[in-house]
Amino acid sequence: MKQIRFDKSKIQNPKSKIQMRYIPNSPEERDEMLKVVGLGTADELFRSIPADVQLNRQLKITEPLAEPEVIGAMENFASKNAAARKTSFLGAGVYSHYSPTVVDHLIQRSEFFTSYTPYQPEVSQGTLQYIFEFQTLICQLTGMEVANASMYDGSTAMAEAFLMAQRVTRRDKVVIAQTVHPEYLEVAKTYTQHGDLTIETVHFDQKQGRILTDELSKLDDKTAALVVQSPNFFGCIEDLQALADKAHNIGALFIVVVTEAISFGLLKSPGECGADIVVGEGQSFGIPMSFGGPHLGLFATREKYVRNMPGRLAGIAYDKNGNRGFVLTLATREQHIRREKATSNICTNQGLIALAATVYMETMGKKGLQEVAMQNAQKAAYAAKRISELENFSLPFSAPRFNEFVVRAPKNASEMLEDLHASKDVIGGLALSRYYSENPNDFLVCVTETNTKAQIDNLVESLQSVV
Amino acid sequence: MSNNIPENLRYSKDHEWVLVDGETATIGITDYAQHALGDVVYVDMPRVGDALSSHEAFGSVESVKAVSEIFTPIAGEITEVNEALNDDAEKVNTDPYGEAWMIKIKMANPLEADAMLSAVEYEEYLSANA
Repeated sequence: MKQIRFDKSKIQNPKSKIQMRYIPNSPEERDEMLKVVGLGTADELFRSIPADVQLNRQLKITEPLAEPEVIGAMENFASKNAAARKTSFLGAGVYSHYSPTVVDHLIQRSEFFTSYTPYQPEVSQGTLQYIFEFQTLICQLTGMEVANASMYDGSTAMAEAFLMAQRVTRRDKVVIAQTVHPEYLEVAKTYTQHGDLTIETVHFDQKQGRILTDELSKLDDKTAALVVQSPNFFGCIEDLQALADKAHNIGALFIVVVTEAISFGLLKSPGECGADIVVGEGQSFGIPMSFGGPHLGLFATREKYVRNMPGRLAGIAYDKNGNRGFVLTLATREQHIRREKATSNICTNQGLIALAATVYMETMGKKGLQEVAMQNAQKAAYAAKRISELENFSLPFSAPRFNEFVVRAPKNASEMLEDLHASKDVIGGLALSRYYSENPNDFLVCVTETNTKAQIDNLVESLQSVV
Repeated sequence: MSNNIPENLRYSKDHEWVLVDGETATIGITDYAQHALGDVVYVDMPRVGDALSSHEAFGSVESVKAVSEIFTPIAGEITEVNEALNDDAEKVNTDPYGEAWMIKIKMANPLEADAMLSAVEYEEYLSANA
């Protein structure tokens, strides 16, 4: 009987012989292709790149791993992601909401999961249909007449709204409330920095936690838009109707930003309050927090401004036999047709994420969304009341709110929240000193339908114990 | 295809027409241009007060087939814009020399109009190039 002899070289470094398995052409085929184009090696394809800017070394990444090793590495990473399983009262633009399992189930159908935004649109009737449904639902929620097929996220949608207001009014100044998410403002500044747009901010009232209509001296006949978020970054609901009048009086557009889309289920729509453009973040509609993205930019406006709107737009059309079909419409705004005159250089959309939001909205329905919104408001109101009753804790802002509110602690909020996390395993909120240095004791608490009464009670007791 | 080319107008090789009345020039697009574009669905117009240099694009005409820029053959300041086209873009197809005039400008240099093509020259240009 032949013995199998131990051969060290066979086990010691199995990786050294692994070819890149998922490249579909073989080394022989690659050599053949190089021969046809008259080259010796693939590196010669990069000859046109000057030698001094070439890397000339391997990338600093790990050696190839076998599949079980990859899975092990990923599980190791995943186990570090403990925050997602902890009790959390974090909001501030990204929200923890329950997503029915049907959302993931439907978006994982391969017809949806593998397709990109339709560049040959009319053959993708299913995609165009769900985009049309998405747009319709966003119009209904925002109270607007036309919505696009979605944008990257809320902050980029806001920046696009600035540019659109500039096109519509031919004015170059945007006045923005300081209560808009500070990171949205950062993105908008980055986005517009090479254009001729000026951005001015309006301070908020320290008692109400929102901007006051009689302190809008920055609005003038050079102003393209007044930009307000509601519920604002502090969770306070702005007086949209009065602010809309102020903007319209000087011929500016009124842009409303919504970072918490669940609030549409309870609050009067921005459209009813006089908004000309509504932009927002759709993450709350069935989309995981995912460390901040991919999320979903919402963009809606009045029909009279549609030709200045950025992004893709699906419409309904009928053929000569009267059959209904879906088409991309007003594509002449887009850069594949209008080049440098296009309304935006975005001519894609968040296809799959928009589908998830569509399935979420259609699953919840009008009543379901209203009920979720009501639960958010009620639970937040309960938490706010209990925290305000704690000794030395207060709620600095008096304006009405939805599911977030600012708490003023008796000590530095950032340190206190770290303490709370370490000792009670609770993420109690977001210290506002990161964005507003004036009040280092303030922090933002968000309560959604996913927070139980027991969790809220535990937060209140824990806060008491760490001060 | 025979084109309607009124004799009292001046023409550009970009297929705009100009009607001169004292210092004012009225500008639109020609019958040939509207035929070439097909059904017009939207006209994007400039605003009164905008200053234009010659051959500058001042707006665009959108048809079911394409979007085309409209150029002014003559420099000047826009004194009037045909707002009626906002709601009734198809007039560009039905009455390109009448109701579908686009802008009126106060000419910076009236001699520019004289340098444009006459009706006869425009017709020759079309038959040579169309």
